[in-house]
Amino acid sequence: MTTANEVVSGNGAKPGAVRPSAAEGYASDQEVRWCPGCGDYSILKQVETVLKEQGKPKEEIVFISGIGCSSRFPYYLDTYGMHSIHGRAPAIVSGLRAVRPELSVWMITGDGDALSIGGNHLIHLLRRNVDVNVLLFNNEIYGLTKGQYSPTSPEGAITKSTPMGSVDHPFNPLALCKGADATFIARAMDRDPKHMREVLLAADAHRGTSLIEIYQNCNVFNDGAFEVFTEKASKPFRTLFVEHGKPLVFANGTKGIKLDGMTPVIVDLGDGSTSLDDLWIHDQHDSFKASILVRLFDDQVQEGAMPRPFGVFYVAARASMETKLNAQVALAKQKKGPGDLDALLRGERTWTIQ
Amino acid sequence: METPIRTKTVEERRNVVILFAGDSGDGIQLTGSQFTDTSALFGNDVSTFPNFPAEIRAPQGTLAGVSGYQLHFGSVEIFTPGDQCDVLVVMNAAALKANLNKLKPGGTIIANSDGFDAKNLRLAGYIDKQEPLTDGTLTNYTVHAIDVTKMTRNALADTTLGMKEKDRCKNMFVLGFISWMYSRSLENSERFLEEKFGKKPEVLDANKKALLAGYNYGDTSETFTTRFEVKPAPLPKGTYRSITGNQGIALGLVAGAQKAGLDLFYGSYPITPASDILHELARHKNFGVKTFQAEDEIAAICSAIGASYGGALGITASSGPGIALKGEALGLAFMLELPLVVVNVQRGGPSTGLPTKTEQADLWQAIHGRNGEAPIPVLAASSPTDCFEMAYEAVRIAIEHMTPVILLSDGYIANGAEPWRFPQASDLQPITSPFATPKVEGDTEKFLPYLRDDNGVRPWAIPGMAGLQHRIGGIEKEDGTGNISYDPLNHEKMVRLRAEKVRKVVENVPPLDLSNGVDSGDLLILGWGSTYGAIKTAVNEMCAEGNCVGHVHLRYLYPFRKELGDIISRFKRVLIPEMNSGQLRQLIRAEYLVDAKGLNKIQGMPFTSAEIKAAAIEYLKQ
Repeated sequence: MTTANEVVSGNGAKPGAVRPSAAEGYASDQEVRWCPGCGDYSILKQVETVLKEQGKPKEEIVFISGIGCSSRFPYYLDTYGMHSIHGRAPAIVSGLRAVRPELSVWMITGDGDALSIGGNHLIHLLRRNVDVNVLLFNNEIYGLTKGQYSPTSPEGAITKSTPMGSVDHPFNPLALCKGADATFIARAMDRDPKHMREVLLAADAHRGTSLIEIYQNCNVFNDGAFEVFTEKASKPFRTLFVEHGKPLVFANGTKGIKLDGMTPVIVDLGDGSTSLDDLWIHDQHDSFKASILVRLFDDQVQEGAMPRPFGVFYVAARASMETKLNAQVALAKQKKGPGDLDALLRGERTWTIQ
Repeated sequence: METPIRTKTVEERRNVVILFAGDSGDGIQLTGSQFTDTSALFGNDVSTFPNFPAEIRAPQGTLAGVSGYQLHFGSVEIFTPGDQCDVLVVMNAAALKANLNKLKPGGTIIANSDGFDAKNLRLAGYIDKQEPLTDGTLTNYTVHAIDVTKMTRNALADTTLGMKEKDRCKNMFVLGFISWMYSRSLENSERFLEEKFGKKPEVLDANKKALLAGYNYGDTSETFTTRFEVKPAPLPKGTYRSITGNQGIALGLVAGAQKAGLDLFYGSYPITPASDILHELARHKNFGVKTFQAEDEIAAICSAIGASYGGALGITASSGPGIALKGEALGLAFMLELPLVVVNVQRGGPSTGLPTKTEQADLWQAIHGRNGEAPIPVLAASSPTDCFEMAYEAVRIAIEHMTPVILLSDGYIANGAEPWRFPQASDLQPITSPFATPKVEGDTEKFLPYLRDDNGVRPWAIPGMAGLQHRIGGIEKEDGTGNISYDPLNHEKMVRLRAEKVRKVVENVPPLDLSNGVDSGDLLILGWGSTYGAIKTAVNEMCAEGNCVGHVHLRYLYPFRKELGDIISRFKRVLIPEMNSGQLRQLIRAEYLVDAKGLNKIQGMPFTSAEIKAAAIEYLKQ
């Protein structure tokens, strides 16, 4: 029996399969309609760049999104794409991956889409480790509905729906993902495209759910939410770019972070009292340390605040749901033989009326 | 050993209804289904109705904990599990109290006397020293009190099993006794036990001993002077098996996917009474069936949509509360115009309602339960075997018309069983997937994902097909290209195009075929879903008595079949029996401006044919 999958990918010959030239790229013919100055443009650009660098055939790439400003993303790429419904992209991705594990699947979501209405689906996507690159655009606001607070807005945030300030405690998205046993956790920002590109490449190379939280500025409803991390003057002191195997250093090399037992502490590197060897050396495969790293989430106005980490926090190897599911199907076929429909209809016990 | 005096006579019966009842832990469902199997294998026509409490183990001995299994078997064609029973088998006092009203006057009660001790009588609510088995209140019935517990223990005296395990064999004693009473061999039951307990020789041995003890008790006890015989039914020639509605749906879905050459993806969240479909499908992975137990109902349907987007057949099933949660995603599937089958095994509502009881109250939900104008074909199965056919039909329509399809079943036919003359795979109607034509080298024309064929159906282009990349979504789309469009005229056009596509579905379905009785006359009884057997029995009886009554049973509830209006106009009166307050009736009145009358029962229990017949006769008098 020929399955739909074989119809298109089983015969090897792919009529019309053309790798796009550098000039053509992966952009679709649709006009991009985000607000001028939106951080989404930078993310789209980097994703296009990464796709081009990898050169995968367009038809083997699928972008699935939910609802929100960021979720318009699939329309702007000449790949397969679905702009689905609010919060449900992880479930759609799970079904797609289960039946088409050979495809390259990306999921585009926002802080409201992924962490509010779709929170349940996100944690289950992570525990199942469905092989997909999740780009979580976090702008700490509801943009498409014009400015209500989101599950990542800080307490006290004054928005249209919280004129006296938000009374809700915000999520720490990466701590949430770590708690759901994510196998790839990273953070990037719209204003550092070069770094974002590296993180995207690492995420795509990972087999399993790769979750990247991307700080994305909404210049209309929440302008400057991440200014302290992105502006030249404050960036070196407020951010911490982690790299596997390297010590945790920031503030242009003048400060580092060391673990005092389970507690991270900031140390001065200039006075000679601490050497680089004494610092916390980032090991992206260390689950316990990753659990501490995601907790570096201080409010930056606070005295002695820890810098906010960026980069790949954690990578673990674990088989995806669809790998195990398809292995079961293969095993069942091997053990019982391919399905015999007549035998199935007949069942175990029959009788005949003459 | 002294040979018992063989004074026993054998009487023939055309059809018999037995109701087995006991605590939900008494193994009643197993006893009933085993005797059903034996009767079906013997060649009787059968119909069953398992009826159990929502609680897995309600307090022992109470009315809330009573589980029942009603079996109707006969040497004639059988369409329902029977209005009232001839024989009531009760394992305790609560089972008697809960079911006595279902026993025909003069019927037989077989009671486990051990279940009528002081404690059981009190739990069942018999007060003031009432002892129904002995106090003369059951004089209108034939009562056989048997101490099943004691006799089972005696039969198992030699085994090393504990008392609790011995007592678990009580149901086999009862099965053995009933097998004797209806002149049935124990062979089939023994074979079943061997399959079930093959790995536990002690338990197997005990169950077989109890079974045989029950049989021998009937044979040797002088209390029982008569046994009965129900000859095979004159069913159409062929090979049969027994099937429940939920099995029928699962097999219909697999068969449809196989004939279409697609992998089947089933996303589902456990819910009564639909879970058995998931259990059945999970066993058939070698057919390329992938089952996914989702985190919730919404994820269940969305994962199925993702699978259909990938080129598999996405399916989800639930019951009313779960379908409510799937509403938004159903709208998405409608907008995407992808194949999707959504099964609703209805139960009593609203809200959590009556999870283990039956009802037909989700018809409006199926037809209207979405925002915007999102018509979806709605089908309904009328019997356990029809569940197979309609599930297959739902798959065919979903794929060939690129649309979500809702299939309605209910708790009554989902758990009920009947003989099924199963088809050959080669006899099943072929199903063709409308896959897009692959692009050839040099073809630079832009692919139009929403370019429709004569049936209004768009091409199914799936990831991996080179040159056909496109984007789809829930936002209104431009005709042809599928690009986002907010143009007012385009929106109206698209709403109409999508509705027209769904309307065309009934142009390609077989003619109305579930009718019986006359095709014009005084009264049309119009039904849908699981009321089929009760209506058919009532109409057959009325026609035999000289009434001019017809029966049309709808399997396509949205859109309506074109010929339905003509049929309705040929009758003077229309009666619509439904297990709801009149949902089909309102649709029929609105569509055909006919003064249809309703017969409505909302008790979590199916109609009896007598109820339908009485209402029809009353209506004819008016």
